[in-house]
Amino acid sequence: MSAKRVFIKGNEAIGQGALAAGCRCYFGYPITPQNDIPEMLSAAMPAAGGQFVQAESEVAAANMLLGAAACGVRAMTTSSSPGVSLMQEAISYMAGSELPGVIVNMNRGGPGLGDIGPSQGDYFQSVKGGGHGDYRTLVLAPATCQECYDLTFTAFDLAYKYRNPVLILGDAIVGQMKEPVTPREALPVDPAEGGDWKLTGRGQRAPRLLKSLFLEDGALAGQNRLLQKKYEAMRAEVLFEDFETADAELVVVAYGSIGRIAKSAVRSLRAAGVKVGLLRPVTLYPFPEDKLRELAAAGKRFLTIEHNLGQMVDDVRLAVRGLADSAFYGVFPGNLPTPDEFVEPIRAAAKGA
Amino acid sequence: MSCQPETQEKLVFDRPAVLADVPTHYCPGCQHGVIHRMVAECLEEFGLVEKTIAVSSIGCSVFLYNYILVDTVEAPHGRAPAVATGVKRARTDAFVFAYQGDGDLASIGMAEIMHAANRGERISVVFVNNTVYGMTGGQMAPTTMIGQKTTTCPGGRCAEREGGPIRMAEIIASLDGVAYCARTAVNSVKNMAQAKRALRRAFEVQIRGEGFGFVELLATCPTNWKVSPVAANERVAKEMIPGFPLGVFKDASKED
Repeated sequence: MSAKRVFIKGNEAIGQGALAAGCRCYFGYPITPQNDIPEMLSAAMPAAGGQFVQAESEVAAANMLLGAAACGVRAMTTSSSPGVSLMQEAISYMAGSELPGVIVNMNRGGPGLGDIGPSQGDYFQSVKGGGHGDYRTLVLAPATCQECYDLTFTAFDLAYKYRNPVLILGDAIVGQMKEPVTPREALPVDPAEGGDWKLTGRGQRAPRLLKSLFLEDGALAGQNRLLQKKYEAMRAEVLFEDFETADAELVVVAYGSIGRIAKSAVRSLRAAGVKVGLLRPVTLYPFPEDKLRELAAAGKRFLTIEHNLGQMVDDVRLAVRGLADSAFYGVFPGNLPTPDEFVEPIRAAAKGA
Repeated sequence: MSCQPETQEKLVFDRPAVLADVPTHYCPGCQHGVIHRMVAECLEEFGLVEKTIAVSSIGCSVFLYNYILVDTVEAPHGRAPAVATGVKRARTDAFVFAYQGDGDLASIGMAEIMHAANRGERISVVFVNNTVYGMTGGQMAPTTMIGQKTTTCPGGRCAEREGGPIRMAEIIASLDGVAYCARTAVNSVKNMAQAKRALRRAFEVQIRGEGFGFVELLATCPTNWKVSPVAANERVAKEMIPGFPLGVFKDASKED
């Protein structure tokens, strides 16, 4: 199939990516700035032979996702920050019951009701578990509309590979901007996917049970041991963009929309002869800590730029500990930064100031 | 001495094969076991065992899956109707039922039950109402009756302070998506027969794709009521049934 480029919003790219990746159940609840996704899927999902339900709340939407995921059907919900807080209960249960599903958070400003502008204030919530208990979700952070499309494919594949919820952490910038996107060929879902655990009605086999309650002596420890092993194995999935770090004296670490804006600032400083580079984590969990440590061992300095008041910078500092530190430049939520805003902070950090 | 009967006896009452042959974890006099059996019988009578997906909820009955041998997923507290919605939407050909207690369904899960019913989800909900939170040790439920003592209303539930007991069957029956809604009890042989009929109808409307099926079953919790199983059964007849009238509140097709 020839890939014809389309000019769409990041939000629409996620919806179209999900359809092409074989997602056939969507559950959601309206919240700005991600409404383009449920709006487009309300027509497109039934047209593709799937199911669309506008739930009564984000709580219900995430639990519908849990139910569909238990059946081994590719399923998704999307929301924005306050809504994702409400989904954390189900996400924790999905992690505990080892259910695959995709949850999209088009991050807006907080805390509380905050505003509807862009922010990266949900980093901690996304990468440290978010709900109760010891668990992790894989977290993918797109910076372009094309990545919104492509990473949605990746999200479904990873969800099934690890039987785990996968989070796509975007924001109001990448969700609302329009760019050309090259779609991929729609994927026929492997009927064998989830074949050894999904609920289908037992037929002639023994009944299956998907649960997160482990009351017997030692059973919960056993389950958590298995989960931790899985989270360790997920480290193999690390993705990042490495932009001119080889000869850089200072490496800017930034993700998502901010990573992209920071890249423009790095590019203009390069043009002015300043030796700076950019490391943009694409997976936030797993975090590219080995790459950061390698750069630290090579003597680089670091500046973490985020659209929050300092969250990922903790993970950067952990990654480079003993070898280097990271400066921090934070953009307050509710503001939309331009590349120019980052130039002076990067120049100052490059000088070691 | 032989344990074998000397004459060939005719077996007239057996365990449904879908019901596991295991010791119960429920307290003496608890009626979850009776209700599990009725659900199991309905599944077999309709030939649904192989295509059923059950949603177990929170509380004593979470262990439904230890007794009814069908594919099962466990839902968070109160969310069983939302989970069942996801299951049914993902597997439209499956028979899907959720099993919930009163704390689960009428308190934390009020939104989920109302909206699943209103959407007319093709699922069946078995609602066991014993007017108390059982597993957590006997706290006040939304269905606790006026004057009933619990660990969180030690002086008895007071309407002025805590509101009155919520009558779910009447509320559910008022919603357009509901095809069948009834309240029954399992305190007597006569009422058990009615309860079984109600469960059959609730399952039937799902099989026929007519809409949402709901059966409320008044049941005992002798442990948390702090009475004997016999006295608990008497309480169902004397106090609960007058406060929660039995009957069919909605039947869309009115067959049978």
